[in-house]
Amino acid sequence: MATEGHNLQELRRSASLATKVFVQRDYSDGTICQFQTKFPPELDSRIERQLFEETVKTLNNFYAEAEKIGGSSYLEGCLACATAYFIFLCMETHYEKVLKKISRYIQEQNEKIFAPRGLLLTDPVERGMRVIEISIYEDRCSSGSASSGSSSSSGSSSGGGGGAGGR
Amino acid sequence: MTPGGGGPMKDCEYSQISTHSSSPMESPHKKKKIAARRKWEVFPGRNKFFCNGRIMMARQTGVFYLTLVLILVTSGLFFAFDCPYLAVKITPAIPVVGGILFFFVMGTLLRTSFSDPGVLPRATPDEAADLERQIDIANGTSSGGYRPPPRTREVIINGQTVKLKYCFTCKIFRPPRASHCSLCDNCVERFDHHCPWVGNCVGKRNYRFFYMFILSLSFLTVFIFAFVITHVILRSQQTGFLNALKDSPASVLEAVVCFFSVWSIVGLSGFHTYLISSNQTTNEDIKGSWSNKRGKENYNPYSYGNIITNCCAALCGPVSPSLIDRRGFIQPDTPQPAAPTNGITMYGATQSQSNMAAATPLLQSEPSLTSEELPLPGKTTLGAPCATLSLGQPTPPSSMPNLTSETVLTDMIPLKEEHDGHQFLTPEEAPSPPGMLSTGSPITHSHTLHVLSLASQDSLHEDSVRGLVKLSSV
Repeated sequence: MATEGHNLQELRRSASLATKVFVQRDYSDGTICQFQTKFPPELDSRIERQLFEETVKTLNNFYAEAEKIGGSSYLEGCLACATAYFIFLCMETHYEKVLKKISRYIQEQNEKIFAPRGLLLTDPVERGMRVIEISIYEDRCSSGSASSGSSSSSGSSSGGGGGAGGR
Repeated sequence: MTPGGGGPMKDCEYSQISTHSSSPMESPHKKKKIAARRKWEVFPGRNKFFCNGRIMMARQTGVFYLTLVLILVTSGLFFAFDCPYLAVKITPAIPVVGGILFFFVMGTLLRTSFSDPGVLPRATPDEAADLERQIDIANGTSSGGYRPPPRTREVIINGQTVKLKYCFTCKIFRPPRASHCSLCDNCVERFDHHCPWVGNCVGKRNYRFFYMFILSLSFLTVFIFAFVITHVILRSQQTGFLNALKDSPASVLEAVVCFFSVWSIVGLSGFHTYLISSNQTTNEDIKGSWSNKRGKENYNPYSYGNIITNCCAALCGPVSPSLIDRRGFIQPDTPQPAAPTNGITMYGATQSQSNMAAATPLLQSEPSLTSEELPLPGKTTLGAPCATLSLGQPTPPSSMPNLTSETVLTDMIPLKEEHDGHQFLTPEEAPSPPGMLSTGSPITHSHTLHVLSLASQDSLHEDSVRGLVKLSSV
């Protein structure tokens, strides 16, 4: 784990992208948007399992809230229909509001938890809600060669080693 | 707009990610150094866009115009010729109700035709590579020259086993109920059908508008038909049948149009009412996915159990925003799957040339790399030739062994004939432009080869992606 925290600025300047991990959708509940909470092995050395699972579970809860079918969504639907959907020129749908909450949450998580560990979450909405993309970064300055990728070819586990050099 | 895009971050990353719906909203990040282009301009599907990306339709819109003409002309004639008589003779409420119905029909029609049906954006190169890797691991990497097993995943939803299919064009595993529309060349969520009459696919986001359209149209048709008949009858009571027809010739035309429309439109409304109440799509119903005939244990896992809930969910449920962000600006460092032509998938942040023989982005950086420099046949050095196998066929089943080559953009048409049925090549064999794979060349080909390419600079990111995607081949 990182002994020296990277904040986001440092991440930008000094890190180079090593690999990306994709957390796929979990369709066992139907077509609603849920992501698998299975812990990807590449992250084993980078982040605690608990933290990761908590993040994914929170995201899943957000999406469930966005897609919830109940009184308020019916009301919104009927109101929108009655105004021939012109009302959406003035106000956001409930779904969009939740998506904004999600992006704020992801940004916050990135700043507090993921960036210090050399990771970066991409908002699923930018990947068509297919995956949560987690970018794993290597310390560029810490690994001596320009092809820092070569040392990291064995996976992110070397990131710990490579990172250790620079930390 | 894509903070996690890749490589060292630029200064504007991590700002608020704006989510775009179909309502016009400007992206907060306009990189205007070069003429910034909007994403709809490089959209890979076969769609037409109007009003700078606000309106999205299928390519063939002829029948849609026919629909418009039929509705407008018939309604116009009704209001012009029949309504004056009826308003006086019976009640002025008739044109009012007719007018309301007409506006409702037009509104829902335009809404159905112009909105995004729920298109799933295609996978980014990294995702596609990752999936390929997983599939290869699952199937065993020694896929010889013969067809590898079909790419499906099974998932259990509510007790039913549902197969998720891999879409070769979009490079994703389709979510349940999604389907790939061959006319629009897109995967659409909760795909119902492609309707030429509205000039668009009908999917998750516009199904309710479609249903309201056909429902209101059936009311309008019945309404016009009934009152045209009434009009003619009332007139013929005064002046005789033939004279009535002579006085109001438009009524004949309207009656004919309505008579033939009524059967189909009302029938269609009834059918879709049934579909909504059982929470099925036209696609599923036609295939008989959930019918009892397949087996006693076969039931629809998506149904909520009772008709009311099914109807409410379909018609009044939350509207998800469009996933394809038509009006956003293209970020130069983001790898976007560019518009394929003739079924060849091309990647690149900029608009790809429509000519396959044109230099692909991979080759653009190395104009000296001509076909003569390429290794002889027998060695598929460039994944390119393999990519040409998919010429004209977005999802060629026969070239499945060369599947990952589809993700490799380079196209060298002259080499096409020489490379049928070849395996992919390792990235090292690929004659890479010097600047690009040099960072990755010392590495042995491995599944994480792409990692190295990604480690190169940002500006080479999209190019290196191409080099790296060949990875999981051998």
